[in-house]
Amino acid sequence: MKPLRAIGRVFLAFLGTAGRLTMFAGTSVTHCFLPPYYPRIMLRQMIEIGYFSLPVVGLTAVFAGMVLALQSYTGFARFSAEGAIANVVVLSVTRELAPVLGGLMIAGRVGASMAAEIGTMRVTEQIDALTTLSTNPIKYLVVPRIIAGVVMLPFLILIADIIGVFGGFLVSVYKLGFNPAIYLQNTWDFLEPLDVISGLVKASVFGFLVALMGCYHGYYSKGGAQGVGTATTNAVVSASILILCFNYILTEAFFGL
Amino acid sequence: MDQPKIELSGVTKAFGAKQVLTGVDLTVAEGESVVIIGGSGTGKSVTVKCILGLLKPDAGSIKIDGREVTGLSVGERDKVNRQVGMLFQGGALFDSLPVWENVAFGLLSRKQCGREEAREIAARKLAMVGLKREIGEAQPADLSIGMQKRVGLARAIATDPEIILFDEPTTGLDPIMADMINELIVHVNQEVGATALSISHDMESARKIGDRIAMLYQGKIVWAGDPADIDGETDPVVDQFVHGRVDGPIKMAIRA
Ligand SMILES: Nc1ncnc2c1ncn2[C@@H]1O[C@H](COP(=O)(O)OP(=O)(O)OP(=O)(O)O)[C@@H](O)[C@H]1O
Ligand SMILES: [Mg+2]
Repeated sequence: MKPLRAIGRVFLAFLGTAGRLTMFAGTSVTHCFLPPYYPRIMLRQMIEIGYFSLPVVGLTAVFAGMVLALQSYTGFARFSAEGAIANVVVLSVTRELAPVLGGLMIAGRVGASMAAEIGTMRVTEQIDALTTLSTNPIKYLVVPRIIAGVVMLPFLILIADIIGVFGGFLVSVYKLGFNPAIYLQNTWDFLEPLDVISGLVKASVFGFLVALMGCYHGYYSKGGAQGVGTATTNAVVSASILILCFNYILTEAFFGL
Repeated sequence: MDQPKIELSGVTKAFGAKQVLTGVDLTVAEGESVVIIGGSGTGKSVTVKCILGLLKPDAGSIKIDGREVTGLSVGERDKVNRQVGMLFQGGALFDSLPVWENVAFGLLSRKQCGREEAREIAARKLAMVGLKREIGEAQPADLSIGMQKRVGLARAIATDPEIILFDEPTTGLDPIMADMINELIVHVNQEVGATALSISHDMESARKIGDRIAMLYQGKIVWAGDPADIDGETDPVVDQFVHGRVDGPIKMAIRA
């Protein structure tokens, strides 16, 4: 009976967590549509996510674009299809690389800091104090972060798209000896609005996931500094996995048969 | 007899298998100052959190102004909490906000006044706990623990609540400052007329601020009475605690 009991316990714990997370997400989203709002806090979060993440996301994008150009050249040269590099770069960057890599970097940067901050507020009773001072902690802490994530990530990823394509351009022109005008022409000709839009929709969903996981794990953290550490790790890991999982689902929805 | 301001009867609370409160009965009359004493980890903070609705008791009833407050909806609970001020044991200051905004937080969140007026009130309350106006611009993390405690105290009294809950207001303060805080509590209680429920480890402070002292032991109030009577008390638990003796019925974990 022992192994059965262990399996049962793990299963029940999983159900419990899933239920609690669903409740948390539902409450948070509902509160996104109900006043009062806290514009100062939302602005601060938007700057944190949108502006201070630019270097990280920009560097990720530029190297992703560069390596993509290099690798596709190695492959396509065998079929004398070097002309398709611009196409490959722009499609991969806008559809997949910028949103996914950018989202993962944001999960590490922003999701972790959200979990750490809210977790610390939980273990030092600041969240209790908010409640006693007539402030709903979900509205005050969670809603601004979720809205900031959903709104700012598309902008961030749009910039990453441009930087990523530019990275591919740099390698193609200065290392592989392509004609810059033709490369840009190829990039532009192959690009469909849906490529960019699907990437931005993904970015928005990833922004939601990162903020939700950061807030959720912080909100339910317990047990002092160690608990906050665990919450931070869990926030990053779960957000990253959800990003990859939802990336597949959204790709299927946009481009699947 | 008047209706008590706060009334707890048969309040129990367990965390998992750990039974913390086993039936707390306590009444605090309007305008009275009651001090809860008791060993570390006996559930004093838990009791206060139950009164505030931050923890839900497993059983028993808690009444404020004669109204049952366990199981209230969030909105109704908030109406009750508007007349309550709380000093948390660890201060629980919001470290993303400057000190004055911490003190004025309740005023601002309840839209009782504008930011400029709130700033003035915050400065006044900070002065009451012996902190200069300039401290208002500092960040909580830059203050010493004792100063944070006093800011927490200023925040608790900022909205002029009818009920004030103090979780160890004088722990971590030097004797002079502790005495000043004791006097502040007496002032708020006697002159402003607020009902005060404090938690303390410090017998001297408990005698000073309490009209009545209640001793929490093994999840129950085992003794409650006038501070003057506590020294002559023969109950071995109370006697041991008051005189801080190692030997007696209260066993510290070291000998368990
Ligand atoms: N949220 C919680 N989850 C689990 N256990 C808890 C929780 N809050 C309190 N406890 C337990 O309840 C007991 C009483 O805690 P409480 O904080 O009320 O003690 P206290 O009387 O205030 O002690 P002290 O004088 O040290 O502040 C402790 O053993 C603590 O471990
Ligand atoms: Mg305590």
